[in-house]
Amino acid sequence: MKAYKNKKIMILFLAPVVLGLLVFVYYPLLQTVIGSLYEWVSYTPDQKWVGLKNYGAIFTGSGFGRILFNNIIYAALSVVCQVGLAMVLAACLEELFMRKFQGFFRTVLFLPSLISMSVIALLWKCIFNPNTGLLNTFLMNIGVQNPPTWLGDANLAIFCCIFISQWQYVGYCMLLDLIGIQKIPQELYEAALIDGAGSVKKFFYITLPMGKESMLVTAIITVIGSFKIFTEIQILTGGGPGRASEVLATAMYRSAFVNDEMGVASAYAVIIFVITLVLSLVQMKLSKTGGEADV
Amino acid sequence: MRYQKWYGSMGRIAVFLVFVLLAVLVILPLVWMLLSSVKDNTSFLTEPWSWPKTFRIGNYWYALKYGVGRYFLNSLLVTVVSVFLTVVFSALAAYAVSRFQFKGRNLVFLFILGGMMISPEVNLVSLFKLMQNLKLYNTHLGLIITYCVFQFSFTVLLFRSYMLSLPRAVEESALLDGCSVLKLFIHIIIPMCKPILASGALFATMHAWNEYMFATVLIESDSLKTIPVGLVTLQAALRTDYPVLISGLVISASVVVIAFLVFQKQFIRGLSQGSIKG
Repeated sequence: MKAYKNKKIMILFLAPVVLGLLVFVYYPLLQTVIGSLYEWVSYTPDQKWVGLKNYGAIFTGSGFGRILFNNIIYAALSVVCQVGLAMVLAACLEELFMRKFQGFFRTVLFLPSLISMSVIALLWKCIFNPNTGLLNTFLMNIGVQNPPTWLGDANLAIFCCIFISQWQYVGYCMLLDLIGIQKIPQELYEAALIDGAGSVKKFFYITLPMGKESMLVTAIITVIGSFKIFTEIQILTGGGPGRASEVLATAMYRSAFVNDEMGVASAYAVIIFVITLVLSLVQMKLSKTGGEADV
Repeated sequence: MRYQKWYGSMGRIAVFLVFVLLAVLVILPLVWMLLSSVKDNTSFLTEPWSWPKTFRIGNYWYALKYGVGRYFLNSLLVTVVSVFLTVVFSALAAYAVSRFQFKGRNLVFLFILGGMMISPEVNLVSLFKLMQNLKLYNTHLGLIITYCVFQFSFTVLLFRSYMLSLPRAVEESALLDGCSVLKLFIHIIIPMCKPILASGALFATMHAWNEYMFATVLIESDSLKTIPVGLVTLQAALRTDYPVLISGLVISASVVVIAFLVFQKQFIRGLSQGSIKG
């Protein structure tokens, strides 16, 4: 096809996406890496070369262990709920006796994922309010003395955030798993039924092995998401109380826009980049889209 | 045998009850939000579990007046423009990498895909700086560009694989008849790609409508804020008047929920085509 060799048109078609990515994605990434080696503040142009000092400050800082712990526990619990639990729920909904109700439960559990995270976070902030919230007034009514302060409690805050995030996304993951299960050839299940396999056996011997690969990919995507987590924490606790629920991205935000240490913020960004890059490469290797991408 | 039957039905009832419990856990906060939005402040604070005694629809009016109306229009503008640009530009690029023959085509495609490796959080600080230098800080245009570029890679990937699967016969005869590439793209490719364009638009809409991080960092003026950020601002401003804030939450949530309930079928088809976590 001669028309498909027209360079001018080809360049015209590619230009918006390629230029957009170049100027607003790749170039800023370079700037982030360079910026992490300097000491600088946001509104003056002077930059002082400090080498790896910003990274040193982060790694030796007292809060860094807590930050990593929070990101990791977030990732672990998200994988358990959004990969494991979601798959079990999807398999249950595909059982014959649940088919009648599938539409209803699917829709209801899916709804929260549509709503903006900041709406969800503000709503749960009201529910978790220690004095007037829905949860604590209920607990006090059934006779619990001194119910916890939830988001105000240094040990509980991060788990409350994790809970809200699962509340929002389990239904979404369940829906994706349902779509996946429905793609499994029906004959397999029919054959299993004839061989006398029960629901549990069907799950372990057909659904799980067939869905293994996509579950692995989903798990990695979930872990990547957990290392980038920002909005929920920022709105719910701002990383507090103290810095008890701080994660990498909120620590970056704090360094940049509260403490005005842009160098340290850039170093946090590079740390997030390295972690997510490694995980994304693993995911690309495993997933089919990645295989196809090699052309 | 009898034991097994009993055991099986107990299991079924247990599964059903678990689902009912989960559904209640999801519905309760949402219904509470709806009911609380029409309460007056005292009853909201003193008896959060009670049925509202007064239906103060006025709360919604206040919420709209205190900024939610403005934020809503801002979100609408930013979302519509960025989704439109994302879909058009991604379709053009996907068409180029799926049809045109040129040296370095794979390289260009990898360059576009590579964008997915760079998460928005990583670029927050330097985009803040860059937008200031380009005089795009505190403008809707800056926000629109940001939403587009971070959606490009995924959307191009989505469109490309669909375009590769299209039959070529129509295109070939059109080209032989002397149809120009641009005409071919507009009159043949775009109509054939409608379902996948809709899916791409769906993902871009969910992203732009709900995005918080860039919206809070790149926009400073209250009059330019989008809904997700505006509601958080409202929460700080209305420290004492919860039901008005909650009305704002209901307004924001109801738009997407209603859109979903109306377009449920198309929605789920779109999700399964993209089949990826947002």
